Amino acid sequence: MLAAIWVMVILAIVVGVVLGWSAVRFKVEGNPLAEKIDAILPQTQCGQCGFPGCRPYAEAIASGEADINLCPPGGEEGMKKLAELLGVEPKPLDETHGTPKPKSIAFIDEQICIGCTLCIQACPVDAISGAAKQMHTIIASECTGCELCVAPCPVNCISMVPIAEDLPRWKWKHPVVMLKKMS
Amino acid sequence: MSRKLFKFKGGVHPPEHKAESNKRPIHTAPLPPKLVIPLRQHIGNPAKPVVEVGDHVLKGQLIGAADGYISTAVHASSSGTVTAIGPALVPHISGLPDDCITIEVDGRDEWIARTPLDYRAMEPANLRMRLRDMGIAGLGGAVFPSAVKLDPGAAHHCPTLIINGGECEPWITCDDLLMRTRADGILQGVAIMRHLLGSTEVLVGIEDNKPEAIAAMRVAAAKMDFPVEVIAVPAHYPGGGAKQMIEVLTGKQVPSGKLSTDIGIQVFNVGTAYALARAVHHGEPLISRLVTVTGHVLRPQNFEVLFGTPLHWLIALAGERGGTTGVLMGGPMMGLPMPNLDVPVVKATNCILVKSAELFPPLPKALPCIRCTRCADACPAELQPQELFRFAKSGDFGRAQEYHLFDCIECGCCSYVCPSHIPLVDYYRYAKSEIWAREKEKRASDLARDRHEFRLFRLEREKKEKAEKLAAKAQAKRAEMATEPAAEGAASDTDAKKALIAAALARAQAKKAEVAPKNTDNLSPDTQHEIEEIEARRAKIRELARQPLSEDKS
Repeated sequence: MLAAIWVMVILAIVVGVVLGWSAVRFKVEGNPLAEKIDAILPQTQCGQCGFPGCRPYAEAIASGEADINLCPPGGEEGMKKLAELLGVEPKPLDETHGTPKPKSIAFIDEQICIGCTLCIQACPVDAISGAAKQMHTIIASECTGCELCVAPCPVNCISMVPIAEDLPRWKWKHPVVMLKKMS
Repeated sequence: MSRKLFKFKGGVHPPEHKAESNKRPIHTAPLPPKLVIPLRQHIGNPAKPVVEVGDHVLKGQLIGAADGYISTAVHASSSGTVTAIGPALVPHISGLPDDCITIEVDGRDEWIARTPLDYRAMEPANLRMRLRDMGIAGLGGAVFPSAVKLDPGAAHHCPTLIINGGECEPWITCDDLLMRTRADGILQGVAIMRHLLGSTEVLVGIEDNKPEAIAAMRVAAAKMDFPVEVIAVPAHYPGGGAKQMIEVLTGKQVPSGKLSTDIGIQVFNVGTAYALARAVHHGEPLISRLVTVTGHVLRPQNFEVLFGTPLHWLIALAGERGGTTGVLMGGPMMGLPMPNLDVPVVKATNCILVKSAELFPPLPKALPCIRCTRCADACPAELQPQELFRFAKSGDFGRAQEYHLFDCIECGCCSYVCPSHIPLVDYYRYAKSEIWAREKEKRASDLARDRHEFRLFRLEREKKEKAEKLAAKAQAKRAEMATEPAAEGAASDTDAKKALIAAALARAQAKKAEVAPKNTDNLSPDTQHEIEEIEARRAKIRELARQPLSEDKS
């Protein structure tokens, strides 16, 4: 009887020490769930969800503060992926945060640009090149199409140009199959 | 020949329809008035134009230079004037335009200076660069730059070189005619390939429905100074696929996700070997190829066609007939419908198949999949097409990839045997292109994340640097103050602050004094007097301004 109690006590101490040590040794930095959510978000950094970027939104979803349907650039598909990851029911996108649009990139009309640098300060991914009183231009390959540069421009020289379909971007369409009519 | 042959799993045997076009000799297609030469004719980066509108070019002149390692050059197919560089319709199922160089031909067909290469004396790397600049790419269908495939690399060695004369797809006979008439040229090209790859074994696989080609190749092979085995393989679609040809000849399977070079085998099409020989022994870049024009035309036959020749030009040469229902580039199994007949012949064009309702009756409407797995029996890549179809249709691309979607060679056997007439290959092509697009998007979003994180880091760093700079400045000032009035060295912190404020005030005063009017020298007495009056008035106003405080109160 006493031996059994001792065995259990010693076992408890040993297991406790091992668990305590591994909790310190293998501590996971950051929130792994937020990490996974962030990987699904489109990284537009547009802030349409109401958070200052994709990472803060991911953290808010992970902590249960935000819903999964606030990201218009991610669209229906992104929302479904989030629902799958989190094991919740998919829900329609919240339209108060905007609606999905075709992918576009910003374009600066260089004839009008006065070189005020306001758009450079607004760009979340440093995709605008230029300096004070110098003409600015968009680095098209880096632009995420977040539209954050459009509002600050004092001379309205920035417009969003939808990306045209060209050969390298062309995709096979889902085959349209006419099913035979069964009477 | 007593070589043991192997069999690949699956495959089909559709009606061959080779006899229509292989009876007539090769005709050289006459020069069209205009050549449209796409810059993207091969896998890899499109060529970069090196001519300008208005330039006069000669036949074989470089007009688009290779851009990077996996790329090849394009050349003017005839002499003439460049009239446009920009988007034009290309032979692609989408019907989208792509960058092309348009040449108005002058009819003289004047060559550039052609210098043969002594390939044995050349450094292999230099020779490969020359071949890249000669525009040599695989003519079997994939148009992969041959210079890349001819590099055995450091770790790889290719003891086995397979020359693919399978031509398994129905209707197409261009390789057949090439082997019948130009076997010596093909084997000269094989010698160069063998030299570059260091292969010890050369196998030529030809389907047994081409006896004339096999005979011609055997005669030519006997003349070579190295052993070449010309092997007749059973005609069975898709036996001309590179992986299937390897399996039939050697019994080896290329593992999923690996290249044939990983098992020491390299495969080239006979047309590529011939183009290589023309480039090395005659100094001619790749500007033409054999094209089968067949199907619903009056005289189905093979033409030697310059790249850039429009399809309608060739169809007219073969004799157009009424009742055409469409044109395929390629054969009936893997060919793609062309959106327009103005599109040019490119390096990938092996066949132009004109369809009619009689030859190609429209497919009955598709029925639901009944999971009979006939497609799985027919699949030469040993996949499960019915599962791939289910995943592709429902957009479950991850599962499709798990089921090795990318091992699919799009041969069309599954669609051919499907009793429900489901266009299965279209689904796989759709799934593949969606997966590629997603991967591209993923890369773009990873880049955006990195750039955003770096920006946040940069802003934080700039803020910190600014704060540090200010702190350092204040520190320096304090130190200065501390040393100057040495007598008050023991003063408290508040005293130091007061001293700082006093110093700042003094500086401000000094500055104010500095900005005293500078135009008061050399004034006339009158002006001087006027100024004095104004100054007096100002003093009075200042006096008044101070007083009202007490007066208002009263």
